[in-house]
Amino acid sequence: MAHDAREDTVHVEFTLNGKVVSVEAQPADRLLDTIRYGLALPGTKEGCGEGECGSCTVLLDGLPANSCLVPTYQVRGRTVETVESLSEEDVAPLLRTGATQCGACTPGVVMTATWIRRHPEVLEAQGIRALMAGNLCRCTGYDGIVEGVEALVARETGG
Amino acid sequence: MERREGISKLLGRELYIDDVPMDRGLWGATVRSPSPRGRIREVRFSPDVNWDEFVVVDHRDIPGENHVWLIESDQPVLAADSVRHVHEPVVLLAHHSREMVHRAVRSVEVIVDPAPPVLDFRLPPGADGIQHGTDNVFSHIVIRKGDVDAALADAPVVIEGTYETGAQEHVYLENQGMVAWIDGDVVVVKGSLQCPYYVHAALTHGLGRAEDRVRVIQSPTGGGFGGKEEYPSVLALHVALLALKAGAPVKMIYDRPEDMAATTKRHPAWIRHRTGVDLDGRLLAQAVEVVFDGGAYVTLSPVVLSRGLIHAGGPYACDNVRIDGRAVLTNSVPFGAFRGFGAPQTIFAVERQMDKIAEELGMDPVELRRMNLIREGQSTATGQIIRDGADRLEVLDRALDLSAYREKQEEHARFNAAHEDLRRGVGLSTYFHGAGFTGGGEVHLSSVAKVEARPDGRIEVLTSNIEMGQGTLTIFTQIASESLGLEPDDVVIAEADTFRVPNSGPTVASRTVMVVGRLIEKACADLVAKLGDSDLRGPDLKQAIVDWYRKHSGGVLDGAARYEPPPGTSWDEDSYRGDAYGAFAWGACVVEVEVDLRTLGTRVLDVVAVQEVGKVLNELLARGQIQGGVVQAIGWALMEECVWSDGAMVNNQLTNYMIPTSDDVPPIRVDFLEAPYAHGTGGAKGIGELPVDGPAPAVAAAIEAATGTHPRVIPVTPERLMELYDGA
Amino acid sequence: MRVLMPDTLEEAYGMLAAEPLTPVAGGTDLLAHWPGNHDARKRAYLDLSGVSGLRFMHWGDEALTLGGLTTYSDVIWDSRVVEEFPLLADAGGQVGSIQIQARGTWAGNIANGSPAADGVPVLMAYDAVVVLGSEEGDQEVLLADFYLGYKKMRLRAHQLIRAIRLPRREYDFQRFVKVGARNAQAITKIGVALTRSEERWRVVVNSMAPTVRRCPALEAMLDEDRPVSGPEDLLTAIREDLAPIDDIRSTAAYREKTLARVLYFDLKGVCPSFA
Ligand SMILES: Cc1cc2nc3c(=O)[nH]c(=O)nc-3n(C[C@@H](O)[C@@H](O)[C@H](O)COP(=O)(O)OP(=O)(O)OC[C@H]3O[C@@H](n4cnc5c(N)ncnc54)[C@H](O)[C@@H]3O)c2cc1C
Ligand code: FES
Ligand code: FES
Repeated sequence: MAHDAREDTVHVEFTLNGKVVSVEAQPADRLLDTIRYGLALPGTKEGCGEGECGSCTVLLDGLPANSCLVPTYQVRGRTVETVESLSEEDVAPLLRTGATQCGACTPGVVMTATWIRRHPEVLEAQGIRALMAGNLCRCTGYDGIVEGVEALVARETGG
Repeated sequence: MERREGISKLLGRELYIDDVPMDRGLWGATVRSPSPRGRIREVRFSPDVNWDEFVVVDHRDIPGENHVWLIESDQPVLAADSVRHVHEPVVLLAHHSREMVHRAVRSVEVIVDPAPPVLDFRLPPGADGIQHGTDNVFSHIVIRKGDVDAALADAPVVIEGTYETGAQEHVYLENQGMVAWIDGDVVVVKGSLQCPYYVHAALTHGLGRAEDRVRVIQSPTGGGFGGKEEYPSVLALHVALLALKAGAPVKMIYDRPEDMAATTKRHPAWIRHRTGVDLDGRLLAQAVEVVFDGGAYVTLSPVVLSRGLIHAGGPYACDNVRIDGRAVLTNSVPFGAFRGFGAPQTIFAVERQMDKIAEELGMDPVELRRMNLIREGQSTATGQIIRDGADRLEVLDRALDLSAYREKQEEHARFNAAHEDLRRGVGLSTYFHGAGFTGGGEVHLSSVAKVEARPDGRIEVLTSNIEMGQGTLTIFTQIASESLGLEPDDVVIAEADTFRVPNSGPTVASRTVMVVGRLIEKACADLVAKLGDSDLRGPDLKQAIVDWYRKHSGGVLDGAARYEPPPGTSWDEDSYRGDAYGAFAWGACVVEVEVDLRTLGTRVLDVVAVQEVGKVLNELLARGQIQGGVVQAIGWALMEECVWSDGAMVNNQLTNYMIPTSDDVPPIRVDFLEAPYAHGTGGAKGIGELPVDGPAPAVAAAIEAATGTHPRVIPVTPERLMELYDGA
Repeated sequence: MRVLMPDTLEEAYGMLAAEPLTPVAGGTDLLAHWPGNHDARKRAYLDLSGVSGLRFMHWGDEALTLGGLTTYSDVIWDSRVVEEFPLLADAGGQVGSIQIQARGTWAGNIANGSPAADGVPVLMAYDAVVVLGSEEGDQEVLLADFYLGYKKMRLRAHQLIRAIRLPRREYDFQRFVKVGARNAQAITKIGVALTRSEERWRVVVNSMAPTVRRCPALEAMLDEDRPVSGPEDLLTAIREDLAPIDDIRSTAAYREKTLARVLYFDLKGVCPSFA
C-alpha cells in the first residue's frame, strides 16, 4: 500500500547500527538531522550540507552515502550504520597512522574506510586516494588517512 | 605518544559545539548587509512575520562599546549607521526553531544608500573612497638595513619582478559556532575558538562587564588555521547579546555558505621586488614593496603585515634591504589571520624573484640559493643575527637528495621530449619562519601557565592554549609527564575555561609548544620545588603529592611560570630593528609537477619538505602538521580562488571553492633536521606554520620548469596558465 | 512540504497525474544546500525510492536497459557494463565521489537538465533512448532530441523517466574526457564523449552550451575525414556547435581552446586526417 504523508510527519522505521528504530520525521528532515538531533547520535558531522565534504558519511545499505543528501523518509526499511556502531578495535590502525587531527572530518573518513575494509576488492579497480576523494580533510594532508586505510585493509586481508 | 583524544575522535565521541544538545535554548542567526558600502537608511521587518516570537538585537542593544576589541576600535559589533562590506552584521535574531530563525533572516531587509566602494587594493583610492585616515592605509611599516638606494645604483645587475597572491579561505571542516548562556550574573560563552582570552576581552568591552562576569570556554575545535583567531570574538559578542536579551541560552552555528562569505580569509597581496646582484649572483640590495588587502576593518592586518614584511627578504643574507609595506582598506570582508600570517605571501614573492634572478643571470636556482642562504653570524633584514647551530645548507641538500632533484631534471628532459601533450618539471624553494609573537609581543603577552596537583597524585595542566587538531593535548601531556617522570594517564589537561586557566596567550604563531610548553616545564619544576625536593619524579613524586594533600587538607599544591624573554634579545618596535623572533625554523621544499598541455592543468607528482625545527617532540604529530600544511599551500598555489563580486565572495560553497582532495595530492614526503633551541621546550621551535611557506613558490617554479612560462600570480589555475602558455 | 511515497509505478503515475509533484530519486541534486533552500521546502514531492521494479539493468539482444532508479554505483561496479559500455563506467566513476555515485541516478542526471551533467554525454554518445512513462503509457525520446534549452526538456509534469535504453553495437572508438578544477569531485568545465560505430562519429559535449549536446559540425569533420593540422583547425566547428560562457568556474576562451586541444591530441592517433 502506498503511504500518503499528507499529515505533517512520516513514520520511518529502519535499522540503525543493528537495532530497529522508528521515528516520526518531518518530510523535510535529512537523515543527518534525524541521526544527530532526533536520535541523539552526534558522531556524524555536517561540514557543508552539499555533498562535498563527506563528514556526514554513513553506510546506507552498506554503501557510503552523504546523510546530508538523504531524505529521512527514504530510509524506511533500510539499514543505516554510523560511526557510533564501531569499536575501538575497528579504528585503532587509523590512530597509529595519524588519520585524525581536528576530528571534524573523521567520522565520515572512518565510515568510508570501513566500507573499503569490508570490500577490499574495490581496490582492484580504484586506489585509496580516488575512493577517499569524497572525504575532504583540511588537517592531515591525507597521508595519515591513506596509510590508515592501508593498515585497516592489511589487517583484514592478513596482508 | 599517540594522539590523546584520537580514539574519541575516531569513534565520533568528541563533542563539538553543535553536538551538545541545548536545553530549552534558542537558535540565533544574523542579518547582514547586502551592500559593500553606504549609509543604512532603514531596516525593514516584513509584516508577514510575527516578530513577537523572535528576540531581535541591533546596535542599540549593545551595553558596552560597539566595537570588536582588537588592535583598533573600528569594527562595529553590529553596524549602526553605515556598512563597509557585504555581509557585515546588522541585526541578530533568535527563535526556538532553527528553521524559523533562518527563514526570518530573509524577511529583514537592510536598505543602504550606496557609496562608492573601494574594491581593488592595488590601486590608490579616489577621494570619494577614503574611509580610514587620509589614505585608507591601516598600517605602514618600513624595514631598513644598510643603504639600498646606493647599493642598487652600484649593482652590476638590477632585476625587477612583481608578484601576486590571492585570498584563501580556511575551510576548517567545523564551521564557526558558539553557545551563550547566563549563569547568575555571569555571561558564559562556549564554542569553537583558538584564543579564549581574546574572546574574553572582546566580551568585557562589548558587553561592558567586569572581567569576572564574563566566562569563555573552548569546546573541541574542528580546525582553525587562524580562522578562529579573531573572528570568534565577533560571533561570541553576537551570541552573548542574544542570550542577554533572551534571558535564555542561544546557539549560533554558521552553515558553510555563511561561514565562507562572512568570515576572514588570507590577505591578498601584491609585492614588487627590485634586487641588485653581482654577476655571481650574490645579493647586494633588496628593495621590496608590499601591499596587503586588509578588507573593511583593521582587525589583525597590522600584525599580519609585520610578519609578512619581516619574512619578505627570504632566508638570505643581504647587507642592504628596504622592505616597505602597507595594509590598506577595501570594502570587502576583513582579511585576517591564516596559518603563516603574511609570510606565505612574501615568501612566495621572494622565492619567485630568486628564480627570476637565476634565470636572468643564467644561473642554477639551487646554486643561487646556496650562495645567499644565511650563514651562522649573518643577519636577517631586521638585523637579527642568526647563530642557532642550524645548517641551512644541509636543509637544502637534504631536500635535493631526497627528491632526487638533479636526476629528476634529467629524467624530465627525456620525458618532455618523448611526449607531445605532457610536460614535467621540478621546482625548489627555501624559506624560514619565525616562531612565537613578533618582537616584543611575547613580553607584552607575559603568558602564565599553571600546573596543579590532585590529591590522587595526578597533575593537571592549566593553560589557555587549545586543541584544534594540531596536537596540543598530546604534546602538553608529553611535556608534563616527561618533566615529572609520570605516566601520560597521570596528566590531565584542563579545559580552556577562563574561570580556571591562566592567560597563557593565544593558540597562534607556532608558539604553543615552543613558548607555552616551556612554561609548563617550569611550572612543573615550581610545583616539585614546593615539595622540598627538586629531584622528585615518578612514583616518588606521586607519593609525595598524596602525602602533601594528607597534611594540607583544603590546600592546593600548584606550580606556575611566567614568560621571560631569552637573555640577550632586543627589539625596537619603532625602527623595526633587532631580534624579531626568539628563533627561526628553516625549510626547503621540492615539488615535481606534470602539466597536461591539452588542459594546462597541473598535477603534483611528488613533494619533499625538509625542515629544521629545533627538536621534534612527537614524530607522528609533527609529520601530520607538515603534510597538512603542505597540502593547504598546494591548494592555494593551484586551485583555491575566491571569486569576488562587490567585495563579496560569490563562490562560497565547497562545490565552487575547491580544496585538494586525497586524489589531488601525492604522498607528502617529510624529513626533519634538529638543531635544538636552548629556550624552546626540549629544544623545539615552532612548526605549525613553516610548512605553508614553501610549497607555493616551489609549485610555481616546477610549472615554470615544465612549461617555460613564468607564473607570477597564484593560484596558477589552468585558465591562468593557458594565458601564459599561449602568450609565451 | 509534503511527500507521497508510492510502492508501484501505477500508483506513482496516478499521483503525478493528480497534482504537480517533484520526483525524488537519489536526492543528490534536490537536497544540496537543503536547509538554506526555503522555497524547495514548500513543494510537494514524489518519492521514487520505494517504487518496485525501477532499479534494474536488463540485457536484451538489442539493447541494455537501465531502470529509472539505477545508480552510478550499480553500473560502475558491474563488469559486464565496464566491458561493453566502458564510457558509462568512466563517466559514472567521475561523478562526484563514491558517496554521490551510490545515491545518484542516471535518470536524475538526465532530468536535472544541468549542462554540466556527466552521465548525459556518454548516454547520448551511445544513442540512448529515454523511456518516459505515465498513465497514458510509454513514450520514447532519443536523448539527443530530449533537451530544448537550458533546463528545458521533453519531460512533461505527469511523466517519469522509467528507463534508459542503450542499443548494443560494436564501437571501434570510445572515450570520455572530463576537465574539472581538480582531479576528483569537480563540476565539469569541459567534457566530451566520443564514440565511433560503423564509420559514424558521435561527439557530445557538456558544460559548453545551455544543454549537453551533440556537435554536428565536429561530427561532420570527423565523418568526412577533413584534414586537421592543429587544435586551431577545430575552433570554427566548435564555435558553430557550442556556445561556451564565462562563469564562476571558467572562461569561454579557456573552454573553447581546451576542447580543441583535447579533441586534437586524443584523436591524433585515431583519425588519419589529423596531422
Ligand atoms: C557533491 C556533488 C557532486 C556532484 N558531482 C557531479 C558530477 O561530477 N557530475 C554530474 O554529472 N553530476 C554531479 N552531481 C549531480 C548528480 O549527483 C546528479 O545529477 C544525479 O545524477 C541526480 O540523480 P539523483 O537520483 O540524485 O536525482 P535527484 O536529486 O533525486 O533528482 C534530480 C532531478 O531529477 C528529477 N528526477 C529524478 N528522477 C527522475 C525520474 N525517474 N523521472 C523524472 N524526473 C526525475 C527530480 O525531480 C529532480 O528534478 C553532483 C552532486 C553533488 C551533490
Ligand atoms: S555535510 Fe554532507 S557532504 Fe558535507
Ligand atoms: S582532521 Fe581536521 S579536517 Fe580532517
